[in-house]
Amino acid sequence: MKILVCISNVPDTTSKINFAEGDTKFDTNGVQFVINPNDEFGLTRAMWFKEKQGATVHVATVGEASVEPTMRKALAIGADEAIRVNAVPTDGFFVAQQLAQVVKDGGYDLVIGGRESIDYNGGMVPGILATLLDMNFVNTCINLEIEGNNATAIREIDGGKEKITTTLPLVVGGQKGLVQESDLRIPNMRGIMMARQKKLNVVEPVEAINATTDAKFEKPAPKGAVKLVDNVDDLVNLLHTEAKVI
Amino acid sequence: MSVLVYTESENGKFKKNAFEVASYAHEVANQMGTTVTAISVNAEDNESLGAYGVSKVLSVSDDKLKTFNAKAYAHAIAQAATKEGSQVIIVSSSTDSKFLAPILAAKLEAGYAPNVVAAPEGTNPLTVKRTAFSNKGFAHTRINTDVKIIGVSNNAFGTHENDATAAVETFAPSLEDGNFNVRSVEIDKAVGTVTIADADIVVSGGRGLKGPENWGMVEELAEVLGAATACSKPVSDMGWRPHGEHVGQTGKPVASNLYIAIGISGAIQHLAGVSASKVKVVINTDPEAPFFKAADYGIVGDAFEVVPQLTEKLKEFKAQNS
Repeated sequence: MKILVCISNVPDTTSKINFAEGDTKFDTNGVQFVINPNDEFGLTRAMWFKEKQGATVHVATVGEASVEPTMRKALAIGADEAIRVNAVPTDGFFVAQQLAQVVKDGGYDLVIGGRESIDYNGGMVPGILATLLDMNFVNTCINLEIEGNNATAIREIDGGKEKITTTLPLVVGGQKGLVQESDLRIPNMRGIMMARQKKLNVVEPVEAINATTDAKFEKPAPKGAVKLVDNVDDLVNLLHTEAKVI
Repeated sequence: MSVLVYTESENGKFKKNAFEVASYAHEVANQMGTTVTAISVNAEDNESLGAYGVSKVLSVSDDKLKTFNAKAYAHAIAQAATKEGSQVIIVSSSTDSKFLAPILAAKLEAGYAPNVVAAPEGTNPLTVKRTAFSNKGFAHTRINTDVKIIGVSNNAFGTHENDATAAVETFAPSLEDGNFNVRSVEIDKAVGTVTIADADIVVSGGRGLKGPENWGMVEELAEVLGAATACSKPVSDMGWRPHGEHVGQTGKPVASNLYIAIGISGAIQHLAGVSASKVKVVINTDPEAPFFKAADYGIVGDAFEVVPQLTEKLKEFKAQNS
């Protein structure tokens, strides 16, 4: 089985978000970048398929050279090879079109992406990619088993979960649950050393549509001070008369 | 040319978000000088959409679509969009709609803006405000394609009544077998409890509750309020509560009217995930907990004392006000 894990290079979850150039760009100043958490759950699940079922695991990212440290981390965790599409990821449709070409060229049986990236929150790359290539698609996937050509997945639904059966080739939009938080791996020294020797192929982008443009950004309005109360009578009263939520 | 809206239903009944997306579609149609057409799947009360400004409903009844299937539903919506010549399609932010929207986008070569929180800022070009950076910011996104898809955030635009009469028309999209290669075999869904996505009120517990055995009081409080229960990331990581309850940046986003956080200190990731909630109440022993800075109301106190008192007080309040 040949697996491609699609990885987005995103600001660490603890980052404070600022915008630059007249609020038209995300301000990367002082920001630490990591593998998108939803993708990392997928990558870790892919490592399981590699170790238990002999799968080959490649990772792909659409981005400029600055994303390579994040890709090296994925290689240090255990991916076999990496592919970087040399382009600024302008929107989800663009990224999906680029990755579709990578999938076509590489002949992957299983593609795992995150349900969404935690920066632009598009949540569309796996679904568009699957549809462009006419592959089966399961989103918000919290469990995945593959046996031969058959896949059994569990997907999170509002208020519960749904068990799904389908076949390869398959695209999955993954999240926590694919593996547990405690299963995530921190690259060890040997992994980091080995990652330096692994192939990181750079390919040029294909022509793509310009579907959306984030023209301007804005930060949420600052929050007023909290009103502290010292008993539940006052709280219930305020929630009823002032906040009008009960 | 009409604005097309996909109005979700469950067991024949429209979901709350159906009326919200219909209201949103009406606003877009107004701005564009056109009307709203809804597409519904196995829904019974199609006329009820009229009250939210829908003037035509394409009603699909098909046993094959009894269980949600993202690809088949997306194909049905795409065919409806083509039939109506719709250039704008509105969907909700439910898990199902977020599943089908990218499929629809790819099929129609449509730009898709998810998590939209307000009426369009302009229709030429179509520009919408949406949350980004997991609620730590907003993006003003322009959709450049001929066909455009807007995913409306839960509980952001709200429902708005508009007096229209919905003409119901039967619609039978052609769905090939190839649309059903992803098969649902089992659905495990709590019956009778409110989901985080649909809840007006969410009651959430953190590590301060010390262990899963102490969740009874959270559930009791939620029951009195008709609220959904949720939890912080460490709580779900330790297995005290199911993953489906984890709210925050890598869990579920919460956009309720009222969010009550009990024993949650307020890590930046958690605050991001719940920031779309309108009113936040924090109960925590530590007056320095970061969550107090992001809250509207707070009680500095021991959850084990405050929560049962609050439940009792709310019971009295409900009895007096019902």
